[in-house]
Amino acid sequence: MTFSPELEAKFDKFLKIYPPGRQRSAIVPMLLYAQDETGAITSELIAEVARRCGVQPLQVDETVGYYSMLHRKPLGKYHIQVCTNISCLLVGGEELYEHAKKKLGIGNKEVTPDGLFSIEEVECMGACSWSPAIQVNYDFHHEVTPEKLDRLIDDLRALHAADTVRKAQ
Amino acid sequence: MLYNEPSPLEVKVLTKRFELPNSAALDTYLSTDGYQAFQKALGMTPEQIIEEVKASALRGRGGAGFPTGMKWSFVPRNSPKPKYIICNADESEPGTCKDRVLMENDPHQLIEGMMIAGRAVDSHAGYIYIRGEYRYLIEVMDKAIEEAYARGILGDNAMGSGWAFHVYTHTGAGAYECGEETALLDSIEGKRGIPRLKPPFPAVSGAWQSPTILNNVETYCAVPAIIRDGGAAFAALGTPKNGGTRLFCLSGHVNKPGVYELPMGFNLLRMIDEVGGGMRNGKKLKAVIPGGSSCPVLKADECDLAMDYDAVAKAKSMLGSGGVVIMDEDTCMVKAMLRIMRFYAHESCGWCIPCREGTTWLRKVLVRFHEGGGRKSDIDLMYDVARNMLGRTFCALGDAAAMPMMSFVEKFRDEFEAHLDGRPCPYEHAHELAAV
Repeated sequence: MTFSPELEAKFDKFLKIYPPGRQRSAIVPMLLYAQDETGAITSELIAEVARRCGVQPLQVDETVGYYSMLHRKPLGKYHIQVCTNISCLLVGGEELYEHAKKKLGIGNKEVTPDGLFSIEEVECMGACSWSPAIQVNYDFHHEVTPEKLDRLIDDLRALHAADTVRKAQ
Repeated sequence: MLYNEPSPLEVKVLTKRFELPNSAALDTYLSTDGYQAFQKALGMTPEQIIEEVKASALRGRGGAGFPTGMKWSFVPRNSPKPKYIICNADESEPGTCKDRVLMENDPHQLIEGMMIAGRAVDSHAGYIYIRGEYRYLIEVMDKAIEEAYARGILGDNAMGSGWAFHVYTHTGAGAYECGEETALLDSIEGKRGIPRLKPPFPAVSGAWQSPTILNNVETYCAVPAIIRDGGAAFAALGTPKNGGTRLFCLSGHVNKPGVYELPMGFNLLRMIDEVGGGMRNGKKLKAVIPGGSSCPVLKADECDLAMDYDAVAKAKSMLGSGGVVIMDEDTCMVKAMLRIMRFYAHESCGWCIPCREGTTWLRKVLVRFHEGGGRKSDIDLMYDVARNMLGRTFCALGDAAAMPMMSFVEKFRDEFEAHLDGRPCPYEHAHELAAV
């Protein structure tokens, strides 16, 4: 498989930072960063990571089912993760999650037909004192209300539309 | 960046640079005592460093509260194997968001703490295991590490000492269980994060079968101040055997939720009223989870309490990770417990049966119970299942699920009974609970 030069540089670094002979340690970082670029963990990617780390593909495959951020299916371009754990629950996280599903017309771990958005109900993300919190991909948003979420989704849609126009020109 | 206003009641030791412009920059750090503690440590023997940390009465800030100096003293320094300094930045105990602000606002403090730990056990490499969701913090830490290399602070000749020390970041990818120290070690080795049988403890055989110090972010961040100003000065900030300050994460029904650095032993009611600005909407306090969702819940009348490890243990709960979750009179305790149990059922690694089956069945019974399908015998059943998990699981995750369950039944049995006989939940919005 071929990756961007940036990702290749990351891979090189991951293979160097662990003690000699311990390159298996690079599996999860490689998978997560590769997924950011390829959209999902495919069997081809698993074989590639296994080859580079010097392990069997099965040893890579078994990590994929364990870590909740690794996905075998592509997510939306904007993956909206809503926390409903205890601190968020107390201040409206659950209502926010229900609102997000209704607004986008999809359920948990589903993707909108245009591929733009996906939703996931997630566990505590470390924003408890500024809850309810969501993450869009890796970006945190604190003290989110349904109105703020609506605006955010609309802004992301507009951003994507502008991107599309720019690419077409 | 700060996400909440600081409180005038804070005692800022670990957070003293947070309000400076460019607080994360190396120049800011160097101009405010940065890396002076490491310089001082270079003139100390490993025994002296460990004695100073022992004198500080610093206890692990990840949750267990184990004395840090003692943990360091368990590492066999003469072992021919390499030794590793690992930082647990897998912050994921529900209610806890302090390691985030420590790394974001003062990354060099963490690096310096790890370097001093490295000197104490003759290690040459440190790894910061950062949860995958904290991608921006991996970037913050990588940038700080890069700056430290560029100025010769890290590297084969750290600060001109002739001693080598290297620091690397490692990303997790979503797993609460990896906050458990031995599961973290399996995870950093590229495996599923399954806890290991202890002993051997990580100090003897940790990462890559080598002696390893594994501490929480906040624990390492306290070390520069301890070495710089002396262990006794740090200890004096807190209460006996509970040295220093700690970062408390206030969340839930208070007017000013936020992360605040307060002396150990700070009274919980004062924390709610004076630091947290009192209860939201003038409501009454019902309950507090004092240290993250694994800790037994406290009823309002148990909250006149000094927040240190020993006083909270005496009140039959735990200081835990500093996540103080505050619940008002309108909170349905059955629903709160159900949400907590859903979390543990989701995060159980499945390796040992009491945890995997216990959390899953408790979740199922709680769902049925909260929906109005509960039987009176379920209340004791839930308590019994939890009691039989306690102390019988491979790692602390089983205990972490069992302890809140038992305390919720013990202290709020009346609320469980109020859900019996098909009665709807007496609390507003409770019926809206998402499908489990």
